[in-house]
Amino acid sequence: MSTPPPLPRWADLVLLPFLNLCAAFLICGLIVYAIGENPFEAMGVMVRGAFIYQGGLGYTLYYTTSIIFTGLAVAVAFHAGMFNIGGEGQATFGGIGAALAAFGCAWAPGIIALPMAILGAVLAGALWGVIPGYLQAKRGSHIVITTIMFNFIAASVLVWLLAGPLIQPGQSSPQTAPLPDQTWLPGMSDMLARAGVETAHTPLNGSFFIALAALGLFWALIWRTRLGYEIRAVGQNADAAHYAGINGARVIIIAMAVAGAFAGLLATNEVLGSSHRVVNSFTAGYGFTGIAVALMGRNHPIGIFLAALLFGALFQGGAELDFEYRTISREMVLLIQGMIILFSGALAYMFNPPLARLIARMAAGREHSCE
Amino acid sequence: MPGKRTGGGGDAAPLALRLEGISKSFGLVRANRNIDLDVKPGSIHGIIGENGAGKSTLMNIIYGMHRADEGRIHVAGQPVDVRSSADAIACGIGMVHQHFMLVPTFSVLENVMLGTEGGMFLREGRQAARRRIMELSERFSLAVDPDAIVGDLNVGQRQRVEIIKALKGGANVLILDEPTGVLTPQEAEQLFDIIRVLRERGVSVLLITHKLAEIMAITDTVSIMRQGKMAGHRETAQTSPEELAELMVGRKVLLEVDRTPANPGNVRFSASGLGYTNPAGIVELADISFEVRSGEILGVAGVSGNGQTQLMEVLAGMRPLTAGTISILGTEIRADTATSPRRIRILGVGHIPEDRHHHGLVLNFEARENMILGFHDSALTGTGFLMDQSAMSSNCRERMAGFDVRPGNPRLNARSFSGGNQQKMVIAREFSANPGVLLVGQPTRGVDVGAIEFIHKRLLALRDAGCAILLVSVELDEIMSLADRIMVLCAGRNVGIIDAAAADRRTLGLMMAGQRQEGAVA
Amino acid sequence: MSDFFFQLLLILDSTLRIATPLMLCAMAGIFSERSGIVDISLEGKMLSGAFVAATVAALTGSAWAGLFCAMGAGVFMSLIHGFACITHRGDHVVSGVAINILASGLTVVLGIALFRRGGQTPHLPKEDRFTPIEWIGVSVLDPVPVVGAVYRQLISGHNPLVYGALIAVPVCAFIIYHTRFGLRLRAVGEVPEAVDSAGVSVAWLRYRALIAGGLLCGIAGAYLSIAQGAHFVREMSAGKGYIALAAVIFGNWRPIPAFLACLLFGFLEAWTARLQGTTIWLLQDIPTPLVQAMPYVLTVLLLAGLIGRPRPPAAIGQPYGK
Repeated sequence: MSTPPPLPRWADLVLLPFLNLCAAFLICGLIVYAIGENPFEAMGVMVRGAFIYQGGLGYTLYYTTSIIFTGLAVAVAFHAGMFNIGGEGQATFGGIGAALAAFGCAWAPGIIALPMAILGAVLAGALWGVIPGYLQAKRGSHIVITTIMFNFIAASVLVWLLAGPLIQPGQSSPQTAPLPDQTWLPGMSDMLARAGVETAHTPLNGSFFIALAALGLFWALIWRTRLGYEIRAVGQNADAAHYAGINGARVIIIAMAVAGAFAGLLATNEVLGSSHRVVNSFTAGYGFTGIAVALMGRNHPIGIFLAALLFGALFQGGAELDFEYRTISREMVLLIQGMIILFSGALAYMFNPPLARLIARMAAGREHSCE
Repeated sequence: MPGKRTGGGGDAAPLALRLEGISKSFGLVRANRNIDLDVKPGSIHGIIGENGAGKSTLMNIIYGMHRADEGRIHVAGQPVDVRSSADAIACGIGMVHQHFMLVPTFSVLENVMLGTEGGMFLREGRQAARRRIMELSERFSLAVDPDAIVGDLNVGQRQRVEIIKALKGGANVLILDEPTGVLTPQEAEQLFDIIRVLRERGVSVLLITHKLAEIMAITDTVSIMRQGKMAGHRETAQTSPEELAELMVGRKVLLEVDRTPANPGNVRFSASGLGYTNPAGIVELADISFEVRSGEILGVAGVSGNGQTQLMEVLAGMRPLTAGTISILGTEIRADTATSPRRIRILGVGHIPEDRHHHGLVLNFEARENMILGFHDSALTGTGFLMDQSAMSSNCRERMAGFDVRPGNPRLNARSFSGGNQQKMVIAREFSANPGVLLVGQPTRGVDVGAIEFIHKRLLALRDAGCAILLVSVELDEIMSLADRIMVLCAGRNVGIIDAAAADRRTLGLMMAGQRQEGAVA
Repeated sequence: MSDFFFQLLLILDSTLRIATPLMLCAMAGIFSERSGIVDISLEGKMLSGAFVAATVAALTGSAWAGLFCAMGAGVFMSLIHGFACITHRGDHVVSGVAINILASGLTVVLGIALFRRGGQTPHLPKEDRFTPIEWIGVSVLDPVPVVGAVYRQLISGHNPLVYGALIAVPVCAFIIYHTRFGLRLRAVGEVPEAVDSAGVSVAWLRYRALIAGGLLCGIAGAYLSIAQGAHFVREMSAGKGYIALAAVIFGNWRPIPAFLACLLFGFLEAWTARLQGTTIWLLQDIPTPLVQAMPYVLTVLLLAGLIGRPRPPAAIGQPYGK
């Protein structure tokens, strides 16, 4: 088989990801069809649930917020040439850190307590990212395996804390007491109400703005700072980075700390912004969704935002499926997620050779007709 | 019949191997174009050509690792269709690859068995394989211990295992791809003895090399490849190294560069007793001492793999110095000094690495980003918290213009440039930091002729501006035409340093083989 | 003393039951990883196997049919992995993550579509499952001290899949070290070029390794849903695939040491389960969740080189192709 000619940039950036997405949805549609439902109707239900029904958009953006954080956690590591499967565990630690800081600052006014709680989330998440980073950089432990193990260890630590040391006194369910009020992030509907706009009450909260800021920060970090330059150099060509005098081990450790910090910020949405306490498994698989989002969004902030919005809509629309159908459940979304990771990630270049040949033939045809 | 191909019809015995019109492209690169080749039974046939002339591709086609786009292969007079290495083996073709295809964790026996286990269970085939190894090692004087773990063997022994593997199925044609590249001269001699024994026993040997001396020493016939095409076929006895060299490069080597005599100033860069022992404990460089003065080029010659890469990387701070001292513009560096590429660069050393794809460039970075590789925290990126993009672009545009890099687009990824332009980008970057000392490795490898001249001129201009240059190249002509003095490395040691004016190929060749010459200073 | 002995026996008994799916998955992981394919999708393959086994057993009333279809499901998932990693040279880890998530989603979606029980499959009656086999002579040996109890508790009284797993370990070791396939498998994970130049197809060899792994994961899944359990529950693999992967690493990609690691991890879990609410043994102050995290902690320490040095196959995770 001869090597196909390279794809033009627009095809690589837009057409190929779109084709991959279509393939994922096509297969999911076929599965819905096999179940005996109309895939287009199901899609319509999801779209209405995610954007049109009252409160739908709020929920969609609420899910989007969490997914942006974990997507960034995966993307930072990707830029440094590492695969961070540990978003789940880093987010778990973010929650623990946020709760500990919030309880520790119960005495302080909100202007101190809230930033401290956010800082707690960032630092604890960074801690849970930096250890695997250190082990990779200095001890050669493979980051994938270490971060998987760290997910389970974090889950165990959370179970332990919620079963004993941090359990709400007098309760038997595994959750902490409500956090002090002053550490709560304001809800979006409250903020809008204050501005005179009445909206449905949804869990969407101020963390959404933190997520947007994080996207901007991520962009500046990766493409505009010297650290970002080092991160990309190490990720693209570790030998050239070494030649250029960049300390690869240091960069890997810092990148993993930053990744963990982004994942830790998930706690601002789930803990400080909505449930106002830490409950078991509050990370709800967002760490894995982050992988899909980073892959789909090509590790670029705009791509990550769009992909996170898609998944946010899927999550909310999936909940709608539960209401509308007896045969389809929200796990359909997991299926779509899996398909997207498969087609946009593992099979990302499956359509590359045929597409490249097609485009080359079309270009040749056009030249021919011009003559 | 020198220079003339014998047809299949006239001779009594059929040709061991015959290729007709073989072509192969990779994407836009035409690696092999309309290649013809005849190999007589029981002969040693050399294939010579520069790096990238298409020798390895051709051999991989014969061995079924690649599939030719066009052309026919005949083995022992019969047309064959070689689709995989299994087909090649079945046709009686064996191959010893440049990079050994051995499993280091396996024993010799297991490695030889692989692919011909002789049944579902290893028990059955093990005795047979052991007998076969003993038989082959006796017949072709290839001494190996079947139970040794391959990871523990030295290079020469591993090569013998590879030869046994290639011969185990009764191969009549044995391909040896650059077999001496990794051998010491003694090991290479032993290998040649083995090859002669093979010929006596009727095996046809195809020897792929870029070393003229080997072709002259051992082959019966030779084919010369140039830029993917066959440039000629000769009887070795009726040709000369000069003729072969001319055929290899296509014309008389025009490496005469306009140069004024050097005007050396004070010593800028020196090493004394330099040594490097790798993490596995193997001594790769020992007791190397030299001085480079301002305004002179010290060339480092040697057979590829004799420590040149290690020397460059130690001097550039990419590997730690383990013995001796280096002095850079007055700053002394010892084995116990903590050093890094960054520190060496700050001292004023520029470095054009031997392998631009591996070290010199990040191919997925834009040109302007590559133009600050190693300088990303210097003034080139501005002084603000964020890097100054417009400064990076204008800096890049300026340098691309100064070194005639085409296309002159700073936003294009380095991958999109041709090899010559990529190399010019690296050179532009390293030159413009105005280094006091410059380390240059293989500056013209894979670069087109026009760019070679350009690069040579710029190197001399930098020398005349007072820079102290250390030039490593495997192209002897390049060293002879650029360097003022030449240091020869052999097995990681300095054989001697001679004046370029006094150097001729013969002297240098002997030194590269490890013989110290009169007039050379250590 | 007799109480201690009895407790120990119970712990060892449940160790074996807990370790069974681990052993099967660990052997699957060894096949796949020895061939050079990173396999974090053990979890998803096992989950698919569990679902298919319970579904088919419920529909046909045959445990054996359930088992065979579960093996088929495991192979199907393996083939997806192979299609992505071998044929299209995709990232092994990404593909593995995709398969795990696919399995989580698909099992529940199909479960609800088929049975409308919130993702569960119907409860299987005893005769549609693999039930414990009582070995002959249990009652005869009963009066003999120690031996009788060991024979009754530990050796007899397991379901066929437990014995299957125990047989699978030496069989895998034999295949890997003493057969043609095993020799090529070990070679292809170290130096795929060597296998290729010996005229053996690297892709087909790796596919076969993945298929073998799929079969074993399918059996492990069937064990969860139609031998140990009586129906499929969502996420019933509960991280066992990852523990099996940890055991593979712990066993340095070798069958017998990996088997011992499975037993160790099984023992830890059995021990903590026994520990809950009882006051018989030392160290009972260690909180259960933290003991449950031990396999993961131990693996991290191992990978960090603090207890030995793991040596993974040299070519693992690298795509091969021209």
